[in-house]
Amino acid sequence: MTGAEVVAPSTLRLFAALPGSSFREHEQVHGSLPTHSAPELIAAAEQAGLTGRGGAGFPMHRKLTAVAAGARPVILANGSEGEPASGKDRSLLTVAPHLVLDGIQLAARAVGAQRAYLYIPRDAVVQRSVAEALAQRGRQPGAVKVEVVTGPDRFIAGQETAAVSKVSGGLAIPRFAQQPVYEKGVRGRPTLVQNVETLAQLALVARHGPAWFRSVGTSAEPGTMLVTVSGAVARPQVAEVALGVEIAAALDVAGGPTGPLGAVLVGGYHGAWLPASALHEPLSNADLKKYGATVGAGVLAALPAERCGLVETARVVTYLAGESARQCGPCLNGLPAIAGALSELAGARPRRGARADVERWAGLMPRRGACAHPDGTVSFVHSALRVFAAELAGHERGRCTATSSTPVLPTPRTAERGWR
Amino acid sequence: MSPAVGARRLRLDPVACDGRGLCAELLHELIELDEWGFPLISPDPVPPELELLALRAASACPVLALRLVPA
Repeated sequence: MTGAEVVAPSTLRLFAALPGSSFREHEQVHGSLPTHSAPELIAAAEQAGLTGRGGAGFPMHRKLTAVAAGARPVILANGSEGEPASGKDRSLLTVAPHLVLDGIQLAARAVGAQRAYLYIPRDAVVQRSVAEALAQRGRQPGAVKVEVVTGPDRFIAGQETAAVSKVSGGLAIPRFAQQPVYEKGVRGRPTLVQNVETLAQLALVARHGPAWFRSVGTSAEPGTMLVTVSGAVARPQVAEVALGVEIAAALDVAGGPTGPLGAVLVGGYHGAWLPASALHEPLSNADLKKYGATVGAGVLAALPAERCGLVETARVVTYLAGESARQCGPCLNGLPAIAGALSELAGARPRRGARADVERWAGLMPRRGACAHPDGTVSFVHSALRVFAAELAGHERGRCTATSSTPVLPTPRTAERGWR
Repeated sequence: MSPAVGARRLRLDPVACDGRGLCAELLHELIELDEWGFPLISPDPVPPELELLALRAASACPVLALRLVPA
């Protein structure tokens, strides 16, 4: 464990106020918005060690600095959360929308933006929560206008360039960018694309200071993060935990496993499977690196021992192949091929060579698409081949250890839902 | 002038590319095709002796998906 303190499994910061709190109640719990200057805000984010909570974990102060250097920048708060196994952004926007809106105002001040967009999925509960929160705040003096943009509830709709494209009036699909979005994003302007949880965390850092922020978590990865705990746990839920908490303890916040576990999916569908033997590991990027995993967007999905990890993986990869925007050759051709061969491996006595096919095609995917979809998908596939190696050998001999075939990981239907 | 100064590499726009494969024909030293006919491009700087060929490959792309950019 990397310099972590002993922490309570659940640490309520983002979720400190009661769900459905009005703006007044929110300010009673958290205090009013501080009046720091732009340099003070950027310094606070840096000293806090605040990193992106959308999956990539990029240091926030570096993005703020880069965007602040450009002319007429804009803020894009990303709450699109296309990941089916994740519900934390929806939860946050429903339970504590005012923290996100605070974070947007602070980020706008930090970079000198006059315009902000809040990008959310077409989800009635989230849309109502955000609309009510904005109405409660009205036009605050000095506040930037926040325009809400709703996008399709699809896996890649929240990829950085897809979010920029949608907010700019286009389709919610990734674009090939010559320049990074912090130089040229929404309608050509320098754009701060930041996950909504990261912005909410900034709202807490600005109020309570970097030392408070760092008082939980690990020294290298401070603070709390929202996790979506699902699968074979007693009470699947979105929880707030300190970084560095044991994965088993994070599962305990959700009532703990309902039986013996075979593996846990960490990060999301672009994440990695962890063997059940790794449940004692701290939830931090430093500790998960040896498993090829990251904390990602905070997905923790527990796979019961009686289910087949290969079957789950094949079903998810088939879903991910269907979520391709079908723009880039490697993704368009490679993902369905990989999904097909994985489906063979998930069955009894797979074709000889199916595994070699998966490995070869997976090796061809990284860094060849306009977005991270092919790269993320194959890193998930590689983790399955590692963690379920024994199961794979069993399938080759015609044996599967699973006694139940009820799906664990959600794979929503995607047929012809479009990209608007 | 040292070899690194002004060095360039190939950059593909994967959205524009539709796998016609002309680039790999003209510059097989740096571009292979995958089994679906889409290019696998060397990420390294283009060696000076191949610059001219690389320029020809880039300009031959019917959808202008291939470019030479600063390495």
